[in-house]
Amino acid sequence: MVDNILEVRNLTKYFKTKKGLLHAVDNISFTLERGKTLGIVGESGCGKSTIGRSILRLIEPTSGEIIFNGEDLMKLNTLQMRSMRTKMQIIFQDPYSSLNPRRTVSQTISEAIELNHLIHDKKDIEKRVSELMDMVGLADRFANSYPHELDGGRRQRIGIARALSVNPEFIVCDEPVSALDVSIQAQILNLLKELQSKLKLSYIFITHDMSAVNYFSDDITVMYLGKMVEKSPVEDLFLQPEHPYTKALLSAVPIPEYHKEKRKRIILRGEVKSPINLPDECRFSSRCQEFCDVCKGSEPQLKEIRKDHFVACHNVT
Amino acid sequence: MDKHEFALDVSNLTVEYVTSDGIVHAVNDIDLKIPPQKSVGLVGETGAGKTSTALAIMNLIPSPPGVIRSGKIILNGYDVLHMKDSELNQVRGSEVAMIFQDPMTALNPVLNIGEQIEESILLHEDVTRDEAHEQACEMLEMVGIDRSRIYDYPHQLSGGMKQRVIIAIALCCNPHLLIADEPTTALDVTIQAQVLDLISNLRDEYRTAMLLITHDLGIVADMCDEVSVMYAGRIVEHGTVEEVFTNTKHPYTEGLFDSLPKINDRKSLLKPIIGLMPDPTELPEGCTFAPRCRYAMDKCFKRRPSLNAISDTHEVSCLAYEDPVFSIERNKHGR
Repeated sequence: MVDNILEVRNLTKYFKTKKGLLHAVDNISFTLERGKTLGIVGESGCGKSTIGRSILRLIEPTSGEIIFNGEDLMKLNTLQMRSMRTKMQIIFQDPYSSLNPRRTVSQTISEAIELNHLIHDKKDIEKRVSELMDMVGLADRFANSYPHELDGGRRQRIGIARALSVNPEFIVCDEPVSALDVSIQAQILNLLKELQSKLKLSYIFITHDMSAVNYFSDDITVMYLGKMVEKSPVEDLFLQPEHPYTKALLSAVPIPEYHKEKRKRIILRGEVKSPINLPDECRFSSRCQEFCDVCKGSEPQLKEIRKDHFVACHNVT
Repeated sequence: MDKHEFALDVSNLTVEYVTSDGIVHAVNDIDLKIPPQKSVGLVGETGAGKTSTALAIMNLIPSPPGVIRSGKIILNGYDVLHMKDSELNQVRGSEVAMIFQDPMTALNPVLNIGEQIEESILLHEDVTRDEAHEQACEMLEMVGIDRSRIYDYPHQLSGGMKQRVIIAIALCCNPHLLIADEPTTALDVTIQAQVLDLISNLRDEYRTAMLLITHDLGIVADMCDEVSVMYAGRIVEHGTVEEVFTNTKHPYTEGLFDSLPKINDRKSLLKPIIGLMPDPTELPEGCTFAPRCRYAMDKCFKRRPSLNAISDTHEVSCLAYEDPVFSIERNKHGR
């Protein structure tokens, strides 16, 4: 029996706008096995961050079920949800705006410990903070520094220490390295991986970087305009992508290797559709190279085309 | 030989910013040459001095606090640092054009895109308003936007389209040199592929030389003939893309490669570069990379290496190569 820490069923989030309903996330289902990492990839506006926030109910989902450790989070009230969040945490993309500029490093890290009354004794809190800083590779001398005194990589380490402070089992990593330089990115990715095996964490890793997700995840889902277009174990997806969007996405990734001949890549034409008032057709049709009449008829549903590999495309069977 | 051997010839450029916290040594004595019609990549991380180099080439360093302390910049025969502002305005746009990183802020929000393309054409070419309008329509089509959208305002366009409008503005006067400063960093990967493809095609057509500033070695592999790797205001390695990628010499360049997850090999561990870039107000004595370098020896902390040639086209600035048998790890596995 697979031990799933998280199961999301038919998660949907619509935003009301003046022009109509914005379909940010449309009927998404997936499971996350304990101790594993699920990568969610896609481009701006595909709904990947909305999923991450909806799972923690930082954004209230329109409908759907979020089963965490066997409990439906949608049935919890605000207070119950707050204590539940000691088990589930989030690391944000921008280490510049996600930290309070008026709090020192140690204040930021200890805040959640105090709020949740996890440790009472002041000395013990101090000890815990220094232990957390050590765990994420922040030197003790930064304890009384303010965020503006530190660079992006160190700030992201504070964000990670803050997330770890409440002993979570599950962390949503929302583009944790995209604001950082490459040499620092590698430091943070390695740190997250190391923490995962040390603390038995389960991750949802949200990113637009295909190379990073490949390095980091066990399973991967590809999103396009609020819909899941492909889902599979990571090796299979990179070896044999099936959805035309996934293929284009993979071929668009610049590879840092010398090649004599120019690499053939799929260049998508056309523009991304507006996510407001979507017609009943494939959402990728405006840019798809394999577009044909069936694509206009209805929206394709996810089908399992081989073991554990799901694709939503009329032309893939 | 053409009267100008290089589209761009920068020598001994030093740029500083004088601030209350001290002097920021942004660019330290660099040389950079771009042959006509060639594309050179300038790679480095935040704070390496890439953008300051680009701004200096256009003589656009904000002053104060910026000062071009020394150096010579010859742009297709023009001595950029010794020109009057009025002459400079003629050179900017017609000889050299620049594409900035953020397409969202580079366009004027209260002018439609047609007016913005025409403005540049009218400034540099002796044409009537109607002719400029027609040229603007053609440029728009060239970058793959329907001419019916010429009266659109920037907010009506997507990020990729805005960047294409900026490319149209940059190329409408057929410059000899295009400086692209992280032109696709703000865009999604599939849109990035579109924009890079467009830049390559237009460059072929117009025979424009290019200085491509980026932090992405993958883009360099696709777009450039030569590459200069910059660290803490200095060029630490320069060569053809083939040399730098397949026969990497500088430990910092190696570190950059090792930090990147490989899309085809998920098992290999990332090897980050330890530590951080030095504070540009107090650069260490000796090699600026030494504190983070895994091969650093005592002498590296005392003496500053200079850029030495390894082949006709390949240069590296590293003291370790004084030992003739020295090799970095990357080259030891028969790659």
